[in-house]
Amino acid sequence: MTTATLTQPAATAWRRRSQFRLATRALARDKVAVGALVVLTLVVLVAIFAPLISPYDPLVGDPTIRLLPPGTPGHLLGLDGQGRDILSRLIWGGRYSLSVAIVPVLCAGVVALVLGMVAGYFGGRWGELVMRVLDVVFAFPIVLFAIAIAAVLGPGLVNSMLAIGITLVPYMARVVYTATVQESGKDYVEAARAAGLTEVEILGKQLLPNVLSPLVVYATTLAGLVIVLAAGLSFLGVGITPPAPDWGVMTSDGRQVLLEGYAHVATIPGLMIFIVAIAFNLLGDGIRDALDPHKQTGSRN
Amino acid sequence: MTNDPLLKVTGLRTHFSSEHGTVKAVDGVDFQIERGGILGVVGESGSGKSVTGLSILRLLGSRNATIAGGQILFHGEDLLTKSDREMREIRGKKISMVFQNAMTALDPFFRVGDQLVEVIRLHQRVGKREAKLKALEAMELVRIPEASRRLSSYPHQLSGGQRQRVMIALALSCGPDLLIADEPTTALDATVQKQIIDLLAEVNRELGTAILMITHDFGVVARLCRTVAVMYAGKIVESGEVARVLEKPEDPYTQKLLGSVLRMRSEVRRVSA
Amino acid sequence: MSARDVLVDVRDLRKVYRTPGTFGKGTEFVAVHGATFQVNRGETFGLIGESGSGKTTIGRMLLRLLEPTSGYIEFDGYEVLTLTRPRLRALRRRMQIVFQDSGSAFNPRLSVGEQVAYPMRKFGLHPKGEVKARVIELLEKVGLHAEQAQRYPHEFSGGQRQRLGIARALAAQPDLVVLDEPTSALDVSVQGQILALLREIQAERGLTLVLISHNLAVIQHMCDRAAVLHNGEIVEQAPVDELFGSPRSEVTRELLDAVLEPVLP
Repeated sequence: MTTATLTQPAATAWRRRSQFRLATRALARDKVAVGALVVLTLVVLVAIFAPLISPYDPLVGDPTIRLLPPGTPGHLLGLDGQGRDILSRLIWGGRYSLSVAIVPVLCAGVVALVLGMVAGYFGGRWGELVMRVLDVVFAFPIVLFAIAIAAVLGPGLVNSMLAIGITLVPYMARVVYTATVQESGKDYVEAARAAGLTEVEILGKQLLPNVLSPLVVYATTLAGLVIVLAAGLSFLGVGITPPAPDWGVMTSDGRQVLLEGYAHVATIPGLMIFIVAIAFNLLGDGIRDALDPHKQTGSRN
Repeated sequence: MTNDPLLKVTGLRTHFSSEHGTVKAVDGVDFQIERGGILGVVGESGSGKSVTGLSILRLLGSRNATIAGGQILFHGEDLLTKSDREMREIRGKKISMVFQNAMTALDPFFRVGDQLVEVIRLHQRVGKREAKLKALEAMELVRIPEASRRLSSYPHQLSGGQRQRVMIALALSCGPDLLIADEPTTALDATVQKQIIDLLAEVNRELGTAILMITHDFGVVARLCRTVAVMYAGKIVESGEVARVLEKPEDPYTQKLLGSVLRMRSEVRRVSA
Repeated sequence: MSARDVLVDVRDLRKVYRTPGTFGKGTEFVAVHGATFQVNRGETFGLIGESGSGKTTIGRMLLRLLEPTSGYIEFDGYEVLTLTRPRLRALRRRMQIVFQDSGSAFNPRLSVGEQVAYPMRKFGLHPKGEVKARVIELLEKVGLHAEQAQRYPHEFSGGQRQRLGIARALAAQPDLVVLDEPTSALDVSVQGQILALLREIQAERGLTLVLISHNLAVIQHMCDRAAVLHNGEIVEQAPVDELFGSPRSEVTRELLDAVLEPVLP
């Protein structure tokens, strides 16, 4: 056997093509997803650099110029009912709306991953019990449940995030559980056992990549829903409270002057919520496709 | 008129459009089946044999597949020129099809008897009671034990072989002239496969139904078919009487295919032929 | 035949599936019932049967990938069923399995090279730096190319995946390989190649094979002895020539009868 001569050139023929690289390349080919990503990145950047970009202080208003429409010189998007510049509030509002969308989803995701995988892989009575307990949540409409928790916890940004995070755990855990159960029955898991992998290693190295994919896709879509949900909580007064420039709060404020004929106060933040939610959804679609091994590469060798 | 073949396919071409370009699944195929004849279409995966069967009944769906050319003469009429409504009249009534996986072909929510009755009433003007009698006849024709009891079973309550018999019963319930069978026994155990193949032979003898048998298995061809066509990459590379093709294949691909079939050694004792 | 020549000794193996019903009225399904057989070192032993006969269940129980309900399995002197988990894992190296290509035999999200390397890494068979080279060696042994190591399972055909399954099983340098329907999902022209490859590898490495199949021609070509299973029980076992030449069981006769040969009767 020519083992010595085999090592150098042949070993380099085997490049490590990481899943991450393949996925990003596949995503880059999807124009819609790229567009959504660009939009979201912009929103995030704007939110991060709010102090530098925002033309005015979002909390200070001049009642004498209240409710002036978009296009007013110096105020691109107009002013709200308290004379505050809408554009500035929109820019600063990104910080609230985005954090309330992303943080709960991330935290709930981690919790759901652990719960779902343990319940799904080890199964048995405990696994079923855990899932049944979580199932109670499904009996309630998600919005109602979030409102109930938020009402109990009280208003504020952190409480909002907590309420939404708690609400999301059962939904995400279910996705993880189903994926884990499905994958656990497959031959490659048995092959891993035959190869001497411990149960923990199987969970981490074999199952995790396959379970993470549906979860990531689900999470991205959830982010879109969560923005609307958080806005709704603020709207109802159990989430973020005024005078914070959260988009949901802005929409709620704008409701009052809608009847007076000033549509821009509520519509503009509403439109922003809509755009970001759609962007998350489209990104989620793109990620789902990009994570599909079949689509990442060709089909036959 | 009666000497014309029942089905005559000329120059059939079916193309699929994919992200990699056009795939010529069927690329110029000619064959024919006589009244009451049994033709086997043999090939490996990707040869285009299944697509050929689906093309005849135009069951491909219009998304990526187009029948790019050719002629399919059934009773002298070109099926490719017929309207959707005319094809619906033909499917199930004049030409029927059975598939490989009966579990997915049968509706899991309805009892077997109801599905039979539905098909019968669709194509024949009969009342419910008469349709039920015909359904029972069809079940007995395919030799399902305790046929009348089985009429009220759901598909999942039947074994694989029984489900396949039900599919054949469904296909034969309106007395078609031609039955297209696409790998109907591939998923079944060998003993059951033999029974189903023999059932098809009996149906052909008793009812005169012609059969187009799509398969990868030369053993099935040897047992059931009278003529055979061997497909490779969308084309027919050899065709003729089964006896001739099996004993003296002329095309190199056919030779290779027949040569690679594992056979049992001859000193094995066989109970029956 | 001395005790040393027997590699696997199975006695009275039993597998019962119980579904718990409400109020304790659950049902029982006996998948395998009192299976007793031995596999000699270096031979190819066949498990024949139709679907539901229990042959696959036995195959998995041999490796203890499935826990038997009761019974006795001895592998090279070790009592497989009483081993603790860590010792079982160590023994696993010596017995491997090749699955039927069901499309799920390989993790869709990992490269095939990584998956073939797993047994090597897990069992510490080669120094870290050498693993990749050994994987490539194995791939080439089963007829694939070095460049394909980085590819994902869906990029291969069924026949190629079967070769990968064989490579993965060999990576652990086992003494025993269980093959679960190795050719059933493959095209006819590919089946012969895979079987030839198996025979070559077996001869080279002195492997003991347990071949599970419903295809009698495959069994006849590959196996020295075989057992016929029906409804979870072994109805007959004998050297293959004797089994097919003068079958004693009705089941065996029926199976022989059902073989459709590509010749006219």
